[in-house]
Amino acid sequence: MGLITLPVIRRMAVCGGTHGNELTGVYLVPELERQRREKGDTLWPVPVTTVLSNPRAVKECKRYVNKDLNRCFTSAILSSPVTDTTPYEVQRAQELNSMLGPKGTADATDIICDLHNTTANMGLTVISYSHTNWVIMHIYKYLQEKITKVPVRLILLNIPICDAYSLESVAKHGISLEVGPQPHGVVRADIFNVMKEGVNVVLDWIQHFNSGKVIEGAEVDVFMFEKSVDYPRDTETQNPLAVIHPQLQDQDFCLLQRGDPLFLTFSGETVGYDEEEPLHPFFINEAAYYEKGIAFHLARKKTLVIPNIQAKND
Amino acid sequence: RERERERERERVAVTLPALSCVALCGGTHGNELSGIYLVQETLKNKRKGEAMEAVTVVTVISNPRAVQQRVRYTETDLNRCFTYAMLSAPVSERTPYEIIRSQELNSLLGPKGSGQAVDLICDLHNTTANMGLCLITYADSDWICLHICKHLQMATIPVRYIHYDIPLSEAFSLESVGKHGFAMEIGPQPHGVIRSNIFTAMQEAVHLMLDWVRLFNSGTQFDEGSVDVYTMVKNIDYPRDPYTHNITAAVHPELQDRDFCLLYPGDPIFLSFSGEILRYKGKEPLYPFFINECAYYEKGVALLLARKSKVKIPAIQCSRA
Repeated sequence: MGLITLPVIRRMAVCGGTHGNELTGVYLVPELERQRREKGDTLWPVPVTTVLSNPRAVKECKRYVNKDLNRCFTSAILSSPVTDTTPYEVQRAQELNSMLGPKGTADATDIICDLHNTTANMGLTVISYSHTNWVIMHIYKYLQEKITKVPVRLILLNIPICDAYSLESVAKHGISLEVGPQPHGVVRADIFNVMKEGVNVVLDWIQHFNSGKVIEGAEVDVFMFEKSVDYPRDTETQNPLAVIHPQLQDQDFCLLQRGDPLFLTFSGETVGYDEEEPLHPFFINEAAYYEKGIAFHLARKKTLVIPNIQAKND
Repeated sequence: RERERERERERVAVTLPALSCVALCGGTHGNELSGIYLVQETLKNKRKGEAMEAVTVVTVISNPRAVQQRVRYTETDLNRCFTYAMLSAPVSERTPYEIIRSQELNSLLGPKGSGQAVDLICDLHNTTANMGLCLITYADSDWICLHICKHLQMATIPVRYIHYDIPLSEAFSLESVGKHGFAMEIGPQPHGVIRSNIFTAMQEAVHLMLDWVRLFNSGTQFDEGSVDVYTMVKNIDYPRDPYTHNITAAVHPELQDRDFCLLYPGDPIFLSFSGEILRYKGKEPLYPFFINECAYYEKGVALLLARKSKVKIPAIQCSRA
């Protein structure tokens, strides 16, 4: 296995409240700021910018005010002209891009860790765009080793960076940390502690990496996003005709085989999985996805080889 | 003498009028989905000509605007708008939608406190707290509600009876409009989500309740017995930052999801975001419920505390009209 040298990590941002009702990040960001006030800048291996991404949505405890902020970071939206009718979140996305980016340039912050919650039973799930970003792959591997309270998985979205629509795509190495299950608008202590530990593990990894040690590669299992599945709906009213089947509810990342139950209609019928290829469901019954026409996503599991890496000062 | 009277009361069945009209209300909070879907499905399934023998069931979507937007309420919490004062408040252009709606519901299902009010209101709710199924009501000696609770003990989900000691005039929620009424609260379920197991539990409980009403109306005598009643004593707010008013702690992991487990003085109740444990400072062990209910953050409530008592209920039977 070869060795890949990569630049040292110089700057990191931790973002909470990208969705104003996903409360773990909303409370973890001020807690990190309190830690910094109490212990000073030497607390962390690199300067950490803490950001409350969508303050108006946080104030109202809603996912968003006009438009989902976490869909506003495509290159097209980031460069669109601002007028009186521009939604709040588009303006905010452009502000965040100035602050933490600009996306795709050498000035962009090295790492963004964007904190999210889900009503789905997903443990700690890392979400990212690129399977050849070795920093991200190694951070994921390290999280899997260090976090034992909940399962840790990685979802990869097969989208080129310019079309990548979420906040973390602004950084050179961006990840979303998605922790669930937690109802939106609620903060659970156990979920908060998992997220806090996750952020500390990421900082810990940065310290190891920056020290110049060779970080050994390995084989890791990842989930590659394949497609979304909507609820069965009434053709006239578009109202859902079924709920997630009790045997699928909370079974994120299980293997769905042909015939396995997916939905239970209100009239008591089971709708089964009728695809040939077994796939893994996730984001099962996420509250925010009802309006996006998504009951769950499906992913293919793959084993990837990640190389040894080493930091070099440039 | 008191005991003799009590024993006499229990031996002879109390006779009560039939419950000819039952209202099933969903969507009083527009993001509590089980009741919304249950009412919609009940409406769909009402076959023309199918007589629900011995009882008329009226289905209501209480807050259609909030249901449409999938929010708890649009301007003010509908389920706080049913005090006599609010029901008789004059309406102007500036009156919040929910107050106008509460007055409409009072005309439809009430008027509250009058002889025309529906016999029984069952108002369907969900909570993010791990409460199983709870019947919540103002009255602690409403034999109808208590007998229904006793009958529901055969449900798969744990069923409990919660009593708020508030006089009828101050009672602020929808079910206080009926001659008898309770909120049927089921959790845990995130708001804006429908879970199959929770929906099924609510469906089962509503069927059991309507079965009981039919049996009662047909003259069945229900034996005396007793029901555990949880009477609300007080609530505890989150610790808050004195300047921003933001909460500084979450419910402690040892209390989270432990609704109706006795809380003793000194037990941990909060874990601050910086890692400190805050403990219960009350003098009396009490039963916590509505632990970490999403909608109560803005009302300044982290949990409620109740005292438990065994209430003896007499045998009851419908009085033939």
